[in-house]
Amino acid sequence: MSAPITWLESLTNTTSSGQLLTAAKSGDCASSSCGSSSRPTDMDSATWEKVKDHPCFSEEAHHYFARMHVAVAPACNIQCNYCNRKYDCANESRPGVVSEKLTPDQALRKVIAVANEVPQLSVLGIAGPGDACYDWKKTRATFERVASEIPDIKLCISTNGLALPEHVDELAEMNISHVTITINMVDPAVGEKIYPWIFYGHRRYTGIAAAKILHEQQMLGLEMLSERGILTKVNSVMIPGVNDQHLIEVNKWVKERGAFLHNVMPLISEPAHGTWFGLAGQRGPNALELKAFQDRLEGGAKLMRHCRQCRADAVGLLGADRGQEFTLDQIPLELDYDGGKRHAYREVVARIRDDHSAAKKEAIATVASVNIPGSLQVAVATKGGGRINEHFGHAKEFQVYEASQTGIKFVGHRKVEPYCHGGWGEDATLGDIIAALEGIDFVLCARIGDCPKKQLLEAGIQATDAFGYDYIEAAISALYATKHGSDRSQLTA
Amino acid sequence: MAYKIIASQCTQCGACEFECPSSAIEYKGEKYVIDPDKCTECKGAFELQQCASVCPVPKTCVPA
Repeated sequence: MSAPITWLESLTNTTSSGQLLTAAKSGDCASSSCGSSSRPTDMDSATWEKVKDHPCFSEEAHHYFARMHVAVAPACNIQCNYCNRKYDCANESRPGVVSEKLTPDQALRKVIAVANEVPQLSVLGIAGPGDACYDWKKTRATFERVASEIPDIKLCISTNGLALPEHVDELAEMNISHVTITINMVDPAVGEKIYPWIFYGHRRYTGIAAAKILHEQQMLGLEMLSERGILTKVNSVMIPGVNDQHLIEVNKWVKERGAFLHNVMPLISEPAHGTWFGLAGQRGPNALELKAFQDRLEGGAKLMRHCRQCRADAVGLLGADRGQEFTLDQIPLELDYDGGKRHAYREVVARIRDDHSAAKKEAIATVASVNIPGSLQVAVATKGGGRINEHFGHAKEFQVYEASQTGIKFVGHRKVEPYCHGGWGEDATLGDIIAALEGIDFVLCARIGDCPKKQLLEAGIQATDAFGYDYIEAAISALYATKHGSDRSQLTA
Repeated sequence: MAYKIIASQCTQCGACEFECPSSAIEYKGEKYVIDPDKCTECKGAFELQQCASVCPVPKTCVPA
């Protein structure tokens, strides 16, 4: 397989759209047919068109495309026990946290600034803190401003669903093509343990009554979105001992009502965050528990496994937040949109995507042909583009793939403190990385030094840069064949 | 009688501003403020004060 030598990494670092365009045109294929074979086999082409550049709705897209969130709708109509309504911390990465809230006009400036600088940008979302449907005027004003300046940006919202039914028609009118509803229960008795109160119809409800109204509105909203052909993702927070087993039921309900994806996320509940669950000592699931549970849900509503539980002001590819580069104080007051970089980047992606897709299919076929039971858990350091192109020491996260006879699947990620940024604490950092890589057999990266490699090996994890810059799936299939074959020379080289 | 907002506890989410039936709440000089001349404590409009019912922080929209 001859891969086009178009490194997305270098493209996204270029300073001019001219360079991007030159790269885009250096290929030798007719771009009209490009990107067509990347479609997953289990998806119709109409749906693929809707998700192929939405990183949160397609695992395949998230290697290439970026989203940004603007925090314009801070008012909320419910209280969740996993949410603390203080939101101001630059050093935390979790849903609902922002460094600054924006007015719709400020949001427009920020979107233009990001669109001019981040070629991968394809989606604008409003996702907390607060509820985009409840704080509707600000949501609507923001989308109207942005849509008139950058018509080709996909718009999406995240909502708890309580005020969703009253805005579904407007969502459809405004071409808001993707909606995420957080649904943690379909039984108010479970909901009561998650939601202390809701504000609905000019009054506050508590207990079962609150959970019942919320549940009914969520189901109604989901059905209305499905009727209108708006793609819906359902987020569920997995809270061990509260709703974890119940999420099997949630998965069934949302599938029946037309949800496109189900994203089961682990509860984040460090006591320092000051949430009710955090202070009550309610723990979240670890990576292995989460994966085991997601595996149990296979066969129901399609699962999203690549969620990074990002901040409400996140910018960039899902695994690499650039939000801190785009705070208001860094954005000029007067700014015009220049779509050059974005359009050039899309052309490049359209051209190389089929190549990646073909390599992926070939790799999966290879893995399927190795007649050996069992699976391999592989952690990959990547900067995007579907390649192993990040140094071990620079990785802020590892993407986890599972290779087995059924194929090669993205199954999750592990966040880490970068090994090279540890300063005096490198030993501690590596210890933390080893702990974060629990259950992983192999680490693939662009470069790794002998010292961390040796320590990882002592912990039972084989790390190698032998596959540096290869496509992720191609490398994993070679590894899988090697592991189950006799030639281990690549790994010990 | 009127309600007031304890600014040090307020998260500035702005929900009270658009729920207030009397347009008594305004963002002034970096904080939300209830105009005591306009605030009716929602008498005649709602059973309970809207600002206090929607406020996410306990004891932050309180009788002045």
